[in-house]
Amino acid sequence: MLPVSIDKQSPSRHRMLKSREGEAIAIINYGAGNLRSVVNAITSLGYQPEVTSRPDEIVNARAVILPGVGAAADTIENLRAMGLDILIRQLIDDGYPFLGVCIGLQVLFTGTEEGGWHECLGVLPGRVRKLPPGLKIPHMGWNQVKQLRPHPVFTDIPDRANFYFVHSYYVEPDDKSLSIGETEYGIPLCSVIARENLIATQFHPEKSGESGLKLYDNFIKLAMAGDR
Amino acid sequence: MLTKRIIPCLDVKGGRVVKGTSFTHLGDAGDPVELASSYYKDGADELVFLDITATPEGRDTMVEVVERISREVFMPLTVGGGLYSTDNMRRMLMAGADKVSINTAAVLNPKLVEEGARKFGSQCIVVAIDAKRVDAGKEPQWEVHIYSGQKSTGIDAITWAKQVVELGAGEILLTSMDADGHRSGYDNALTRAISEAVTVPVIASGGAGTPEDMYQALVLGKADAVLAASIFHYGIHPIQETKLYLAEKGIPIRL
Repeated sequence: MLPVSIDKQSPSRHRMLKSREGEAIAIINYGAGNLRSVVNAITSLGYQPEVTSRPDEIVNARAVILPGVGAAADTIENLRAMGLDILIRQLIDDGYPFLGVCIGLQVLFTGTEEGGWHECLGVLPGRVRKLPPGLKIPHMGWNQVKQLRPHPVFTDIPDRANFYFVHSYYVEPDDKSLSIGETEYGIPLCSVIARENLIATQFHPEKSGESGLKLYDNFIKLAMAGDR
Repeated sequence: MLTKRIIPCLDVKGGRVVKGTSFTHLGDAGDPVELASSYYKDGADELVFLDITATPEGRDTMVEVVERISREVFMPLTVGGGLYSTDNMRRMLMAGADKVSINTAAVLNPKLVEEGARKFGSQCIVVAIDAKRVDAGKEPQWEVHIYSGQKSTGIDAITWAKQVVELGAGEILLTSMDADGHRSGYDNALTRAISEAVTVPVIASGGAGTPEDMYQALVLGKADAVLAASIFHYGIHPIQETKLYLAEKGIPIRL
């Protein structure tokens, strides 16, 4: 069970929606990550993101973003220490519009091989594995995302558009159909996953120029269009 | 396919870019924010800012500059100069930098590389190496220099590059002191030697005069990215033109 109750009609939710004209976007602050860049990207689109680690603010948001750089194991530890791991699982189960970025994608899986096996959130079955040797690691720079199937988050983004990547581990979902974007780096990597209102990218949209901003905009518009 | 990165470098002193006066179409040629936006629109893949003031006051100014740039420019930013502690690094990263570059500080205190990588992740830690050729028989060798190239260290550049990667550096920014400033091409033998010795990406720097020089650094030097200052600043070869040239020669480039 969730440590806080998600009551869609709670007064605090109404206050927040009113003050932000229904546009509360929560960026989860777990003491790490490149928060500022994500905030800047969302702000440049005309929204007012809320950087927060408070469960009440997170559950009252229209859309939730989990950013991240660094190591998945540290991230998951921070999230657990702050009690956010359970909250995130619950939000996703409840169908909240949720966007995970980079480590925010990786921690959704069953576990990661980074620094020995570490269990992650287990929202998505599958594992996070080290990139195969032979190519430079980290996979750092702009690479193309092949759109495996149409999805509203790709609206007005050309197929094989370049996005900025920086990672040494990659996700291997058990259910391959969750992968909606694929990127070639020695092997075909899953670079975008989507399941209902959950979207996550291995690349950093906040560092990916106009295509990246467009992806954030598409996600937020999807979230706003939902009935939540 | 991963594209090769084309990276303009801006030297900042007291909050002002010290090169770049030929950007006549800009209202303020020395404003780092305006220059960064201009490069962003022109298709740069990443930007490197080096604070050459490298004093505590300079650092504070640089933090503000980075904050302003990161509000307008949505591509990776690397900041270097005068970062001697993980607290210094943290401030830059919190301000919106994606990576921090350390050079002299890493040589004086190699643990800083390790600590930085542990606290912020390897992908944040760039070690800049200023290398100068030494005469040592048949095989070329390069020596690491610090304090903006003013002091030799006796450390072999290849050995040092391997060591910092071992410590957790996620990228090497490699400057040839011999080629730097001459605009007659990168030291491709140096770049290749380092690139083949380490598993992380290597940015070639020093000597760019033409897009062809960049082509050579990427092909002969096996660089993952090329950095240049003057040819972009003075508008000799705009970024778009450079990228088109490289793309036409078959280099994977983001256009």
